[in-house]
This record gives sequence, C-alpha cells and structure tokens, in this order.
Amino acid sequence: MDNVIRRRTPRARLLRAGLYALLIAAALVYLLPLVVMVLTSVKPIEEIRAGALLSLPSHFTLDPWIKAWSSACTGMRCDGLSGYFVNSIKIVVPAVAISTLVGAINGYALTKWRFRGSELVFAMLLFGCFVPFQVVLMPMARTLGWLGLASSVSGLVLVHVVYGIAFTTLFFRNYYVAVPDEMINAAKLDGAGFFRIFWRILLPVSGPIITVSVIWQFTQIWNDFLFGVAFAGFDSQPVTVALNNMVNTSTGVKEYNVDMAAAMIAALPTLVVYVLAGKYFVRGLTAGSVKG
Amino acid sequence: MKPLYTLAAGAALAAAVTQANAAEIEVLHWWTSGGEAKAANLLKQKLEAKGHTWKDFAVAGGGGDSAMTVLKSRAISGNPPAVAQIKGPLIQEWGEMGFLGNIDKVAREENWDSFLPPELSAYDKVDGHYAAVPVNIHRINWLWANPEVLEKSGIDSLPKTWDEFFADAKKIRDAGFVPLAHGGQPWQDATVFEVVLMGVGGADFYRKAFVDLDPEALTSDTMVKALKTFKKLRGAMDPDIAGRDWNIATSMVISGKAAMQIMGDWAKGEFTAAGMTPSEDYLCEAAPMTEHMFSYNVDSFAMFKVDDKGKQQAQMDLAGLILSKDFQTTFNKAKGSIPVRMDVPLDDFDACAKSSREAFDAAQAQGGLVPSLAHGMAVSASVQGAVFDVITNFFNDPDMPAEKAAERLASAVRAAG
Amino acid sequence: MTPTDSLSRASSRRAGRRSLAGTLERVLPRLVVAPSLAVALFFVYGYMLWTFILSLTGSRMLPQYNFVGLEQYARLFANERWHVAATNLVVFGGLFIAICLVLGLALAIFLDQRIRQEGALRTIYLYPMALSLIVTGVVWRWLLNPSLGIEALVQSWGFENFRFDWLVDPDMAIYTLVIAAVWQASGFVMALFLAGLRGIDDSLFKAAALDGASLPRVYWRIVLPCLRPVVFSAVMILAHIAIKSFDLVMALTGGGPGYATDLPATFMYAHTFTRGQIGLGSASAIMMLCGVLAILIPYLYSELRERKHG
Repeated sequence: MDNVIRRRTPRARLLRAGLYALLIAAALVYLLPLVVMVLTSVKPIEEIRAGALLSLPSHFTLDPWIKAWSSACTGMRCDGLSGYFVNSIKIVVPAVAISTLVGAINGYALTKWRFRGSELVFAMLLFGCFVPFQVVLMPMARTLGWLGLASSVSGLVLVHVVYGIAFTTLFFRNYYVAVPDEMINAAKLDGAGFFRIFWRILLPVSGPIITVSVIWQFTQIWNDFLFGVAFAGFDSQPVTVALNNMVNTSTGVKEYNVDMAAAMIAALPTLVVYVLAGKYFVRGLTAGSVKG
Repeated sequence: MKPLYTLAAGAALAAAVTQANAAEIEVLHWWTSGGEAKAANLLKQKLEAKGHTWKDFAVAGGGGDSAMTVLKSRAISGNPPAVAQIKGPLIQEWGEMGFLGNIDKVAREENWDSFLPPELSAYDKVDGHYAAVPVNIHRINWLWANPEVLEKSGIDSLPKTWDEFFADAKKIRDAGFVPLAHGGQPWQDATVFEVVLMGVGGADFYRKAFVDLDPEALTSDTMVKALKTFKKLRGAMDPDIAGRDWNIATSMVISGKAAMQIMGDWAKGEFTAAGMTPSEDYLCEAAPMTEHMFSYNVDSFAMFKVDDKGKQQAQMDLAGLILSKDFQTTFNKAKGSIPVRMDVPLDDFDACAKSSREAFDAAQAQGGLVPSLAHGMAVSASVQGAVFDVITNFFNDPDMPAEKAAERLASAVRAAG
Repeated sequence: MTPTDSLSRASSRRAGRRSLAGTLERVLPRLVVAPSLAVALFFVYGYMLWTFILSLTGSRMLPQYNFVGLEQYARLFANERWHVAATNLVVFGGLFIAICLVLGLALAIFLDQRIRQEGALRTIYLYPMALSLIVTGVVWRWLLNPSLGIEALVQSWGFENFRFDWLVDPDMAIYTLVIAAVWQASGFVMALFLAGLRGIDDSLFKAAALDGASLPRVYWRIVLPCLRPVVFSAVMILAHIAIKSFDLVMALTGGGPGYATDLPATFMYAHTFTRGQIGLGSASAIMMLCGVLAILIPYLYSELRERKHG
C-alpha cells in the first residue's frame, strides 16, 4: 500500500508532526472518560466526597473493585456482580451463536439463491434494525407469557435472536454479495446441494464477517439493559441490571468508587473483545460489509 | 449409592412435610442502596426463618419508575411477582384491575387498624380490604442546614417564612456560600415546589390543588404566588443545578459549600455517612411556613393474587413481619424515615426522627397531613408526570410568567386526567 | 447472476432428474429464509400493528380496547413536550450524523498515512462503541457538569473565564448529547471509512500523483466519490443509533433541564410505562416508526435500483 505521497521537505516533516499531534490529541479526548472511570475506581470514597473528581488518587486502593465484584449490594443480595456475570454469559453465548448462524444462512440464501421476492424479503427483514426497543416491550411481554418463556433465560435468548437477525442478515448479505458467483455456479452444476455449497465454499471464506457479526451482537446483547430488566427473572438478571441497581439509587448513599469499579467490570468483556479483536473487526468490514 | 439416595429422598420428604405451608415468593422492590438494602435484608432473613424462600427481584432507578415498568411487563406476560413495592394511588389502580390479593386475615389478627394512621392505611386498602402493607413514613417538607455556614453568614436561626428565607439567602450569598443546594431533576424541582406551595397556600389549598386537582385552585392567585416564590428560589441556587443528583446537592451542604437544602428525610443517610450528628453538625427543621404540616411519602408492599395456599401464607407472614415492632425500628433507623406503626417508641431514634413524629402528630391533629405529589402519593402517574413537565419547564425557562405556568398547569392536568 | 438464469438452470436440472431432492433443492432457499421472515412478520410487523391499534384506544396503565379514534394523535400534537422531542431529534440526529461522518472520515484519512502505532490509535478511537452508556453516563455527567468537570478543571489551570456550561443551559444541553453520542459512534464510522480506504486501488493514487495533483485534491476528487457506498452504510447505521437514542438521554440529562433534551424514544417510554398513558405513548411510537420509514424507503429504493443496474 503506497498511497502516501512522501516528500522529504521540511514542510512535509512539519505536516507529519502536526498529523501525529492531531491524532494523539484526539486519542486523549477519546480516552478521557475511561481515564476518569479508572481513576475514580481506585480512589477512597473520602477523596471523591471532597469533590476531587478529575485528580489523581492520593491513596491507591483496589477495595472498590473487590467490593463491586464480590460484596456490593444489588438488592437484598450483597454478593457483588459475580453471579450476574454468569447470567449474562448464559444469555449472550447462545443468542450470539444462533443469530449469527441464522444471519449467515439468510445472507447466503438471499444472495446466492435469489428467488422471486428475495429483495423484498431482505427489505422486510432490514426494517427490524430500526424498531425502537421500547416499542416492542409490551407485546413481547405478552408473547413470552404465551410461550411460557416469561422471566427465563430462554425467553431473553429468543428476544435477542429475534431482533439480532436483522443486523446479522444485513452483514452477511452484504458480504456474500461480493463473493464471486462463478464458484457457486460451478458447484451447482456439479450437483452440490444448498447446504453443501454453504459449508464447503461460503463458510471457509466467512471468517472476517463472522468476526464482525459476533463482535456486533456480543456488544449489543452484553450491553442490553431494557430487555434484561423487563424479561429476566430474579435468577436470570444480566450484569447491566445489577450494575444499574448498584449505581442508580434514588434515596440511598452513593459510593462512586464502587460504582465506577462495577461499571468497569461490567464493561470489561466488551472492552477486551474490542481491544483483541478490533483488528479483525476492521478487516472484516474491509472485506465487504461496507459495499452495500 | 442406594443408601445415600434414600437418605436424600427421605430428607426431601421430611422437608416437604414440615414446610407444608412454606413457599417461594418473588419480591419486586427498588431498595438497592447500601443502608436500606441491608435493613431490608433482615426482613428476608426473618421470612426465611419461617421456612419461606425470598426470591429477590430488585430494579433500581427513577424512584421506582423502572421497577414499575418491569411490573407492567411481568403483569402483561401473566407472571407478576407475588409481592411488589408499589405506593400511593397506584395500589388502587392495580387493585381495581383485579391483580391484588387480600390480606385481611393477618390485618385482623394483628389488629392493624389500631396502630396504623387511617390516612395512610387507606392507601393500602382496595374496596375496604387490605391488599398491601405500609412500611415507613418519610417526611418531605424538611429544611436541612449546615450550622457552620449559617454562623459564618451571621444567621442564628433557620428562616420561618419565605421572606426571612430570602433575606437570609442574601446574607449567605454575601458571605460567599450558596444559600440553597438543589439538583435540577424534575422530581427534585417538584419536591421543592410542593413544599413552597404547602407553605404559601396552606394544607387545605394544597389538597384542593394537588389532590382534588380543582382547576380554580390551579389557576388561583395563591398558585401564582407560590409559583413566583418558587421561581425566586432559583436566585438562591448556584447556576449548575441541572441534572445534579440530590445526594450531590446534599454533599454541598455537608462540605460547607451550601447552607441549606429542601429534601425528604432520606437525606439524613448522607449526613450520617459523612459522620455528622443531627442538631450538632447539621440541622433539620420544617421548611419555611410548614411547621405544623407534614407531607408524607409512604412505601408499601402490595400482595398480588396467588392461588397457591403456601404463597398466600408467605404473603401474610411477610406482611406481619414488615409491621413487627423490631423490623419497624431497625429498618426506619436505616432509612431515615419513621415507623408507620404509631405504637413503636422512638426512644433510640435520632433527634430528626423524633421531631418528625411530633410533626406528624401535630399535623394529624390540625389537618396538616398531606400526600406528596412529587413522590407519587397524591395523584395518578399521568397527572404527576404532567405536573412535573410544567413545573420543571417553568423553573428552567427564565421568560415564562407565573400566570402562564398556572394556566398550563391546569390545562396539562386536564389533558392527563 | 440474475434470478432468471438460476431458475432456468434449475429447471433444466429438474428436466434431467425429476427427483424429490431436486424439488427440495429448489424450495430450500425459501424454506431457510421462511422462519426469519415469519419471525419478522410477527415480532416486527405484528407488534407494529398492535401498537397502532393501541394508539386508537384510550389505554392507560395496561392495554384496553376502548376505541377513541384519532384522539390520541390529536393529544400528541397538542402536547408541547412532543414538539420539543421531535425538534430535538432533527437537531440531534442531523448534527450527530454530520459530525460523525466528518470526524470519522478525517480520522480515517489521517490514520491511513502509514502512522506508527496505528493499531493502538484505532483501538482507542473504536473502544467507546464497546461501552454501554449505562456505564459511561455517570462519567459524562461529571465531565460536562460545570462545577465538577471540564470547566472546573480548566479554570483550576488558571483560565478563570473559561465557560463550558452547556449541560445546564436549556438551549445548549441538546448539544451535550451530540458530544457524547459522537464520542461513542465516530470511531465506528472511522473504522468503516478506513476499511473503505483500504479497499481503494492504490493505482488511483499513483496516477493522480503522476498528474501532479495535490493530496487534498486527490482525496476530494477521487477518493471521496469511491467512498460513497461507505457513506451510505454509515448514514444508515448512524440514523438507527440516533432514532433509538434512549440510554444516552437517560444517563446524561434525564431529559433536562426541564424537558429540553427529550427525544421521541424517551417521550414514548415515559408516557407508556412511567405515566400510564399507553394510548398516547403508542401514538408517539407510530409517529416514530413513520419517521423510520421516511428514511428507510429511499435507502431501499436506491439499493434495489442499484441491483437492477448491476
């Protein structure tokens, strides 16, 4: 990749220095909220009560983290976020897996086996991306009641799959559109079937877009609060609901350091995914999902 | 393995026999913060000592707003919890829709009517039958103050009228402090306004305007005067109130940045957490002109209809425990409120709680007992929301005249009702 | 490949061996998409229909079917708060999308200049997308609060006259929402653009450089037009974020000061759930969905037309 026009003049060097300065300044701005969170989470509460929000901690302590993880109250249970963390995982893993799989097959069928009305089907599915979740809260509650899935992990998985399919279908469709049809046609002539072609030809090249879809769905579902609070039972509340219970008290004493530590803990999985897989995320987008 | 298996089965059988009337009940509530959650945890332990299981379903946020969303979602899905924290007129609404059960049995056995103030127990009855149990009484019309700041500003007693208040505010401002700490959230704006309205209009006017929603009262001169006084308070606050949480405002009083705050008695928790003692390090008195009045906010637990006999028993047991004298004492001490049972002595409560009980008795005798609109005790949620909209918009709009706000109040209430 | 030649190929195959498998193969694509379509029909369109029906009723705390015609819509349009919310969405959505596009493109172009530590910088720009506003809302409130956050910090450095009090100013508070939303989403837009830039053939640059065109000119004249599809995807994603913005308002301003930063999503939620006015809330939901359609239909139109040409 040699799209940079480099001339070794003093002016160009100055420009380059300016470029770095700009990028680093922007990075600092983007980091600011995270820095404040981390700093606050390792300060004793007295320091925060004294009003020093943006200063460095004068006494470093990890107690807020320990408390947030294992002993802070999220209701009458005072054993921190640890249990809710597991609930979130139980919801996120199946929901991400199912919605990604369904999206992949949809995308494949809608691009490589076009049929009359397939574009209309895609358009109809796409609309699901735009439905504000507050709107579906009540009808969904009734539906889950009918299905006998109210207040259960399965119910939450269903909800997340239902509203995730629109996005995953969009991702995979836009990716598979860019995969050349010749290979598929050749395979069809050889008598390869629908699933065989998917399995042998499409899936092996789908790595990047699977990454995109998984990251997207993982982030959305892990961070979901509204569905979690409305449709979970007492024993299946996700970590965001517990975090809200910890942070959001109307008539109680606030412990900001514990709140921030809890917020960091709740955010860690998605942060780690972005830091570790961010590269593949960008690569996956490069590979096709933006061509649409 | 066989012996172990039979042993386990035997144990299970034994448990089933001894707990013939024991059950699991799910309890929806919004007590999630340190002190109140710990105190309420006692309740859980006591319920479990009776053999029942407490399944905790906590949802914090918006003074119960989020919990109500969840309750609706659960009710619509046909799966409401057995017990839910609901308050004020909402209990009636749920009852009228046929969702609530009947706990008259325990109420009769323990003779609730003998020690619950009738003004408050009325909220917990649907068609004359107890469907819910009250827990505590918060007083809203408190003025909290930092005596050190007052002293530095040359003030020796808290203001008794709004004129005195504004005179004092000037002195405090001149001494370099913020006279009134406040957080600009709709419920806090409404809290301050209703306290002003009580003082300016008196209890009868308050009831006419904020309970009966009489359009004449809502547009009356008294209302306009209260609105003007309220707006004038803006000058006694700092410019950065918007969106501030109430406890940050309280911490301004604690740290000596601000002199006073108008807030319900849960504010005590913040002072206590900062290691301060009432009457010494901080003062609690009735807000100006509301000395013999008491605007209350009462938390209740409503019992939803359940078919299972064991669950019904668990609901009754829970209700009984909530009104037991020792739970009333421990819980209310932690929460900052006073016991809802009038026969619980307040000997080991702090000075503010004692004065709260005195004010309650006086207000009850003189007709000064009023429900708090800001805390969902006076009107339906839709009217409350409409009032919040007008009040908070008026308070934040420097150009809106009080007369116009009063008219808007009346029309918004009409549209919402 | 067009639908017709897949059909003709399929039919010729069918002529060859009229097996059950062949027929199955033909309907299989429809069959695998059918469940998703059924799900969408029920969970998206069915629910919309139900919401629409509720918007014609006088439902309060729970759904009821006492029809009142269009009364709820009349009440909605007479409601001043709804007008504030709708106007806010236009202002907020417009600014949010525009700033994200400009900032995202700028960052992408800068990052595309063979920057050392590109990976680290990219991750830093991207990470806000990973965090829920439930997590970051409190921090943003602090930062934007004049007496606690940035204003206090800069003043403590000696710039006494520095003012940054948008959060508490009813006329400016909506822009603080834009700031936080841009912080969250612009990195994602940057990633989209970066991906687009990497997909552009290098020979374009070389040819332009040989012609002696300056770098900004190359970007403006050659690169930008190539990125059009990216812009389109980005606008779609940003628009859906803007319309769904709910956590943002709840966490940052709670709709205040007053209700100056109310958005349709928060209006709908407050009336449906907190205030027990399901009829009115449903009417506002239907108006929101109409807004979504107004954006989506042109997109789908161009999408489908493009297919016909390509």
